Amino acid sequence: MAVVFVRPKIPKLAPDPWAIQFDGEGRLKHLLTIEGLGPDWITRILDTAESFLSVTGREVKKVPLLRGRTVVNLFFESSTRTRTTFELAAKRLSADVLNLNISTSAATKGESLLDTLRNIEAMQADMFVVRHAASGAAHFIARHVAPHVSVLNAGDGRHAHPTQALLDVFTIRKMKGDFTPLRVAIVGDILHSRVARSQIHALNTLNTGEVRVIAPRTLLPAQVEKLGVRVFHDMREGLRDVDVIIMLRLQRERMEGALLPSEDEFFCLYGLTPEKLAWAKPDAIVMHPGPANRGVEIDSEVADGPQSVILQQVSNGIAVRMAVMSLCMGGREE
Amino acid sequence: MSNAMNKAYFAQGQDMDHLRPPEGCRPGVDCESWIIRGARVLDPASGLDTITDVFIDKAGIVGVGQAPAGFATDNVLDAAGLWLIPGVIDSWARLREPGQEHKATVESEARAATASGITTVCVPPDTDPVIDTPAVVRLIKRRAQLAGGARVMSIGALTQDLAGKRLAEMVDLKEAGCVAVTNILRPVESLAIMRRALEYAATFGILVIVQPQDPSLAHKGCAHEGAVASRLGLPGIPVAAETAAMAQVLALVEETGARVHFANLSSASAVRLLERAIDDGLPVTGGVSAHQLFLSEMDTDAFDPNTHVIPPLRTLRDRDALREGVASGAISVIHSDHQPHEGDAKAAPFPEAEPGISTLETLLPLTLRLVEDGVLPLHDALQRVTSGPAQLLGLKAGGIAAGLRADLCLFDPEAAWTLDADSMLSRGRNTPFHGWDFNGQVTHSWVAGRLVFRRAGQP
Repeated sequence: MAVVFVRPKIPKLAPDPWAIQFDGEGRLKHLLTIEGLGPDWITRILDTAESFLSVTGREVKKVPLLRGRTVVNLFFESSTRTRTTFELAAKRLSADVLNLNISTSAATKGESLLDTLRNIEAMQADMFVVRHAASGAAHFIARHVAPHVSVLNAGDGRHAHPTQALLDVFTIRKMKGDFTPLRVAIVGDILHSRVARSQIHALNTLNTGEVRVIAPRTLLPAQVEKLGVRVFHDMREGLRDVDVIIMLRLQRERMEGALLPSEDEFFCLYGLTPEKLAWAKPDAIVMHPGPANRGVEIDSEVADGPQSVILQQVSNGIAVRMAVMSLCMGGREE
Repeated sequence: MSNAMNKAYFAQGQDMDHLRPPEGCRPGVDCESWIIRGARVLDPASGLDTITDVFIDKAGIVGVGQAPAGFATDNVLDAAGLWLIPGVIDSWARLREPGQEHKATVESEARAATASGITTVCVPPDTDPVIDTPAVVRLIKRRAQLAGGARVMSIGALTQDLAGKRLAEMVDLKEAGCVAVTNILRPVESLAIMRRALEYAATFGILVIVQPQDPSLAHKGCAHEGAVASRLGLPGIPVAAETAAMAQVLALVEETGARVHFANLSSASAVRLLERAIDDGLPVTGGVSAHQLFLSEMDTDAFDPNTHVIPPLRTLRDRDALREGVASGAISVIHSDHQPHEGDAKAAPFPEAEPGISTLETLLPLTLRLVEDGVLPLHDALQRVTSGPAQLLGLKAGGIAAGLRADLCLFDPEAAWTLDADSMLSRGRNTPFHGWDFNGQVTHSWVAGRLVFRRAGQP
């Protein structure tokens, strides 16, 4: 089926900004953000992922759910890890996969995002997996694609990275079970992190006991507490009685905007070392969305230590993405 | 420009303009005489509110209530049930010409303006070429005359090419008809240059319009730095970007005595700074765009690119403070900040969509909606878009009295309508007000005594 892009003169917006994620019958069609999913949908995605985990363990790792469908990975921002896990997930569902890395140079040549989308019209896609540097890009694409195309947000600017957040809560659920008694601390560059925003929404939707953020004020967005988190600037206080520690990647360019004096000072204050880890609960788990900057936000001893679940996150990522893909494409006639 | 040419041009300049019939006017043919009968005549400048007749001849108002001796005309309009108000003066609107005719033209926008009761539009200098020479001023004026819609006045550049380095020839620009000078949002290289610019403008009594926003604090922001932008991951513009820039200029005003108008205010803190400066007796005034009085950060919630505007839509508290500022008179002017865009400019994710809203057609409707919302009385609301800007810019319009230019419009207070973006008259359909209901609509507009707009179906 050809992808036809409709371009209304004036985009008419739904009254609920997140309603666009569902079709007329309330089925999940796009995954753009965690907001608006509610606990039922998140639980359904996690349960579906659980059933796919066994597929991943089999010798023949394929199920035929998306046979004959085409998934296009549309990456406007470079990424190897995320793209690879989406690609693997699609292939294990027997879909055909097309990877398009659209460098920023194409955009600077004057080609608009809509032009780019029109150019892949001919490629007959059923699903776009999109990563883009602008917040809201996934919504924009979802608003402009033909009605039969699903859009999965693989990261848009600082806004959202819903599949990463889902695989994180999946990992937490496997390790800890119930969310209500848990204290979860997210540490580092919250300001620029789409991962953190999606994690906060996911954890709060699942009724997590307490979600904390730990960072200097320069790395926190304005009124971050309104996202439903408790704010700490000190690691010792922030990590006390915590069950889950999520470390965020610190981009090196943050030094230039005068957000931090140096990597050394950041590591000294917020880098997760065995000493700081000891301030959390003894059975606390350590997570990182990757790729980790060892020696900047996390010490190798912790990243490779017994409390780290970083590698489990990666393999859970495939099952969670399979779940999201099959649910978004489910309930439609062949 | 030679001195002789200068003089010749100056003779046609704004000072004389208001009573001079339009160029090439043949009495009874091009410049019309009118009797507007039985309208409710509302003049905020004088406080007039009465049902009476108004007489128009030779581009001017020649009588209110009583015809001058020997006055006769066949153009008699029965306006019973309608309001006659001064034509709206929009002190800050982009028409995009010259330079960005793919977005809009003087013709398209000057005509759209009159259908919404706007009879004078002042354009900021970020055209291409920039309004920093009299030639560009004349070009725009000629285009407007050809269009035959609203009068279009230029606001000159404060610095050459708006580059913030060397002063523009402000006196030359003023003589060519510029109502003020401004550097818009473009940075002035140093406070020293800003100080000299204000000093020079003050020497010649030239009004300087400042749109306060510190470029380094605004950086690459596209939304108000607050809860909504934090949730959506949109880079924010803090309130301090506005107040820090304003405070710097206020310090220079105190020293130079320059007359400064702060346009496009967006925050409660800016209103406070303005009120304090006015209390201190500084020669400053403030303006706000109508959409800032109705929208807030909440409206950016769905990544609607039509709500991407600079200054950004801030909190409900800021919106309410701006409304209070308008009601108290600290903010003496409501303008449109009209920025028409072609569809492609907004067909992009929120941060990458070009900022600005197409607002000519909502300036008067939104201003009158403030009355419905109980923010301020009708006369005060009209004052902010008529005699307020006229006084600010030194225009002999914006009122209804014998001797003033006949820039007028008739308004049907009973006409209910719904804004449909697809049928807007402006070339730019980028509005977040699509689907809003409004009470009251302009039916006729006169510019310098000529009927330039009559709504379909009206006599």
